[in-house]
Amino acid sequence: MAVTDLYNAAFMDHVSHPDYKYQMEDADCSHEGVNPSCGDELTFSVRFADDGTIEEAAFTGHGCAISQASADIMSDLMIDKTPEEARELCALFMRMVRGEETDETALDALEDGVLLRDIAHMPARVKCAELAWRTLDEMLEARGK
Amino acid sequence: MYRDDFPLLASHPEIAFLDSAATAQRPACVLDAQRRFYETMNANPLRGLYSLSVEATAAIAAVRAQVAALIGAPDARDVIFTRNTSESLNLVAKSFSPCVLGAGDEVAITIMEHHSNLIPWQQACRAAGARLVYLYPEKDGTLAEDEIAEKIGPRTKIVSAAHVSNVMGCELPIRRLADAAHAVGAVMVVDAAQSVPHLRVNVDELGADFLAFSGHKALGPMGVGVLWGRHELLEQMPPMLTGGEMIDSVTEQGATWAPVPEKFEAGTQDAAGIYATGAALAYLTETVGLDAVTEREGELVAYAMERLSDLGFVDLIGPADPARHHGVISFNVRGVHPHDVASILDASGVCIRAGHHCAQPLLAWLGVENLACCRASLAFYNDAADVDRLVDGLSQVWGIFHGSN
Repeated sequence: MAVTDLYNAAFMDHVSHPDYKYQMEDADCSHEGVNPSCGDELTFSVRFADDGTIEEAAFTGHGCAISQASADIMSDLMIDKTPEEARELCALFMRMVRGEETDETALDALEDGVLLRDIAHMPARVKCAELAWRTLDEMLEARGK
Repeated sequence: MYRDDFPLLASHPEIAFLDSAATAQRPACVLDAQRRFYETMNANPLRGLYSLSVEATAAIAAVRAQVAALIGAPDARDVIFTRNTSESLNLVAKSFSPCVLGAGDEVAITIMEHHSNLIPWQQACRAAGARLVYLYPEKDGTLAEDEIAEKIGPRTKIVSAAHVSNVMGCELPIRRLADAAHAVGAVMVVDAAQSVPHLRVNVDELGADFLAFSGHKALGPMGVGVLWGRHELLEQMPPMLTGGEMIDSVTEQGATWAPVPEKFEAGTQDAAGIYATGAALAYLTETVGLDAVTEREGELVAYAMERLSDLGFVDLIGPADPARHHGVISFNVRGVHPHDVASILDASGVCIRAGHHCAQPLLAWLGVENLACCRASLAFYNDAADVDRLVDGLSQVWGIFHGSN
């Protein structure tokens, strides 16, 4: 695998120009995720529509390009999803970066998330890619209780 | 030039190994020695009354003497084999600290310490109700006289410092710290993990009372460390681990300890590893020679720092003068997280360390973004081509993140 397959133009666009990296004013839920060994820190915020779907998603924090691009890609994907759909997508993404799901049709649901599929060949970076998804999943799990 | 002596490097020309500060590569003679031990002298040292065991015991004694000679220790009995530098420093912090450290006393270390020369002292201070005091250097790693005079005083019982910083790459003024420690009746502990593979180390010249290092950073196998201590201090210390081979006699309700060093070497040692460490030290000091090591690494570091500076987008950490770096060059690529740098370099076979380097308080104090940096660490078996590949890889990193090159 050429590393530039991962750090390609579409991926780098999420790093350089994240659309969803900002402080949300009226969030319904916020949750912090950290990778202690990396120093990555991310706060993910969500605002829900009246029908319970995710109306707005945003994140703040700092970390490597992989954690940042992953958070931006995830935010975009989550708009208009129900919490249940969102959690299923989180699970699918985590299966992809761990190399447990490779079926292209199944992965289509992740949209730009597939930009990170090569993480499956970079075990040291799995936790960077997962940070945002893990954070959102934890938030929705706690909220559902 | 030396690359062919190292099977991993010889069989992987695509690898530029620049992480020797984490662990060195091993020359064939070390791997052969490890195998030779098991093939020709394998028996449990100290225990057997048959000749194989006697031979294994003698092999370990010979390496103990070799280590003593390497660090200028007057008596080989004061060389204790541990698993690594961390265990050696823990042994001092856990067993020696209670002998001298009480409530209100102080342990002085520097902010440049590796976690293994930091957390054991946090724990020792917590247990004793003592205070952990930090010496802060200038940004180039220099420890000012004022700082030493201010932080080492009548309450100080232990001073502990790295001989060479694993992040800044510079040598610390151990002799000066030791003199200050001794002037107030404190002992001087030296973490020599990053100096023994690169420099001549002499416990008397340094003024050390304890000195710790790892075999695996000095071309030996993983799993063998050394603690040397002044004999009277080792005599004073209780063992940290108890059990097999560290006793004089045992009754139902009590035991007395074997003499130093066996008192501190409970259980079966990694005898093959110790034997192979002897082969590593012989290769380092005789086949190559420490002066040649220092000279060659000095040239490589100077070349690497010049090329990194010329890139224009790399911020170097530590002293500006290459002569003050002992193999270690830490840096950041402007605006790029070190983990991304390392992943991209990895794709072209360039191995560097990226992260906090087990020195989080130092990176926090330096104010390094993300509490992380890149570290390229050179050994004498590297060559200019390894540095060139690092530089080419960094240009690729810059191109990916800033759309040029």
